[in-house]
Amino acid sequence: MSAPTTYELLRHLADSWGLLAMTLIFLGLCAWPFRPGARSANETAARMILHDDDFGGTDNG
Amino acid sequence: MVTLTGRAGIWLVVLFLAILAIAAAADTGFAVHMTIVALAAAIGLFVTLSKTDYAAIARGALKGPDHSRYDDDPIRWGVIATVFWGMAGFAAGLFIALQLAYPVLNLGTEYTTFGRLRPLHTSAVIFAFGGNALIATSFYVVQRTCRARLAFPGLARFVFWGYQLFIVLAATGYLLGITQGKEYAEPEWYVDLWLTIVWVAYLAVFVGTLVKRTEPHIYVANWFYLSFILTVAMLHLVNNVNLPISLVGAHSVAVWAGVQGALIQWWYGHNAVGFFLTAGFLAMMYYFVPKQAERPVYSYRLSIIHFWALIFLYIWAGPHHLHYTALPDWAQTLGMVFSVMLWMPSWGGMINGLMTLNGAWDKIRTDPIIRMFVMSLAFYGMSTFEGPMMSVKSVNALSHYTDWTIGHVHSGALGWNGMVTFATLYYLVPRLWQRERLYSLRMVNWHFWLATTGIVFYAASMWVAGITQGLMWREYGADGYLVNSFAETVAALHPMYLLRAFGGLLYLTGAVVMTVNVWKTIAGSPLRIEAPMTDTPYDAAQDRPLVPAAVPAE
Repeated sequence: MSAPTTYELLRHLADSWGLLAMTLIFLGLCAWPFRPGARSANETAARMILHDDDFGGTDNG
Repeated sequence: MVTLTGRAGIWLVVLFLAILAIAAAADTGFAVHMTIVALAAAIGLFVTLSKTDYAAIARGALKGPDHSRYDDDPIRWGVIATVFWGMAGFAAGLFIALQLAYPVLNLGTEYTTFGRLRPLHTSAVIFAFGGNALIATSFYVVQRTCRARLAFPGLARFVFWGYQLFIVLAATGYLLGITQGKEYAEPEWYVDLWLTIVWVAYLAVFVGTLVKRTEPHIYVANWFYLSFILTVAMLHLVNNVNLPISLVGAHSVAVWAGVQGALIQWWYGHNAVGFFLTAGFLAMMYYFVPKQAERPVYSYRLSIIHFWALIFLYIWAGPHHLHYTALPDWAQTLGMVFSVMLWMPSWGGMINGLMTLNGAWDKIRTDPIIRMFVMSLAFYGMSTFEGPMMSVKSVNALSHYTDWTIGHVHSGALGWNGMVTFATLYYLVPRLWQRERLYSLRMVNWHFWLATTGIVFYAASMWVAGITQGLMWREYGADGYLVNSFAETVAALHPMYLLRAFGGLLYLTGAVVMTVNVWKTIAGSPLRIEAPMTDTPYDAAQDRPLVPAAVPAE
């Protein structure tokens, strides 16, 4: 395939299906933390870092 | 014993190859660099042979690592390296700021010209100061959030020392005039290859630790660290595709040419900002701000949206560095649109960091480390508003190539990256060296105010300088000729350059205060006797019941 046709092909892919796929993946990833039941998982994840001991010893949290 | 001879053998082979390369070198610069490599190998060999506990090996009782503790040695080295390279980079910055005001400071030698010292400054602050902070904190955070000891301890040590060798080779190369001439990608082909090896090792240590985690969830800070490591690897590989002129010479030819080369360079350059100076430092923010505030992050959902939006948008913003150039118009507009959209996730992240203090705002008054974190987030917000604004083509027509850009970069670098790193260092030092607390909290306060005032001087003088410059460059007379010569614009900026250097001096002074504080804390000096940052006043005279006044008898 010559360079100009490769360019055209990629350009059209980027403008159409590529763009659509990227947008859908992005929206899906953003919606993921809002799935049902995610609230408590998020809460646990956010608090997880506060349950440790900085000095590398045993768990005292 | 096998590992000992094996390790010594590797050092010996490297030493031998480096000496061969010195002998065969095509130019002086390459010979100097191979001398540095040979020295590094000799030091490695010496340390391997002299620090080994031969008696323990003979008894077959070599002590393994204690798996009930985190592996913090490379982090301690990284903290010291961060402070050291920070001081070097800030001092170099002040010196080149003074060179711009007083050209005599170029000192009349090729090695000390502005052109060679400037990349020394940028690489020292971004890659040496920032990079060491990122590597050290990522090793700290990934262990704590995975509740697992660092994977591949030998490789982790190789990452630290290999990265220092990269810094030394890059820095000495700039002084010798060895450069690819690409901003933030100046090191030549062999130094690039070395960094690639170090970076793959870094990825292996980080991912290895994630794999052996005992916590089921991977905390969001690690997502940011991982995206930083992966994206920097990709950017580094693509932008540095070069053909060396000689396999024993320092110089190379870029494969990408013309406008394609320019676009790849700024795709690299802007994502160095986006993934090195933003994603990596946001990872620090998402761990150390909640830890210092002792509160969970404001919204974990927001942090996930922040992450994906930053990843998906940042990668397209590079073309705004090439407005009004040979780059196709649509690509310039694309870069501008994505830069403007980037404002949203940036502020989402800033809000998430700041609102973590919700319900504990008094800590800004009582805890100078929290105050530093808050100021860093404020500067993150300011520079991520200024950036999208400057990427708009009509604004860029005025701001491009002027000192406004320099001011913008520094409000981000000094304000956001610098402050968040300082606060993190203050958090880490007492914990890593098992001290009760820092040597002095009052000195943190001094550092905060020196740095903040320094940034204000820097940013404000560069706004004025940049807009002055932009307006003077574009000023036409009635007959259609440019009104100002270039030298006139330089003369007009002189006072602003002095104010900028003064700001840099304040910032450097703040860093000196930090160095003393960190030094004294590590050395275990008795805590500085000082008034506490906050106290609950007690007035004995007021602490008594009100006695009703004696009522005179009727």
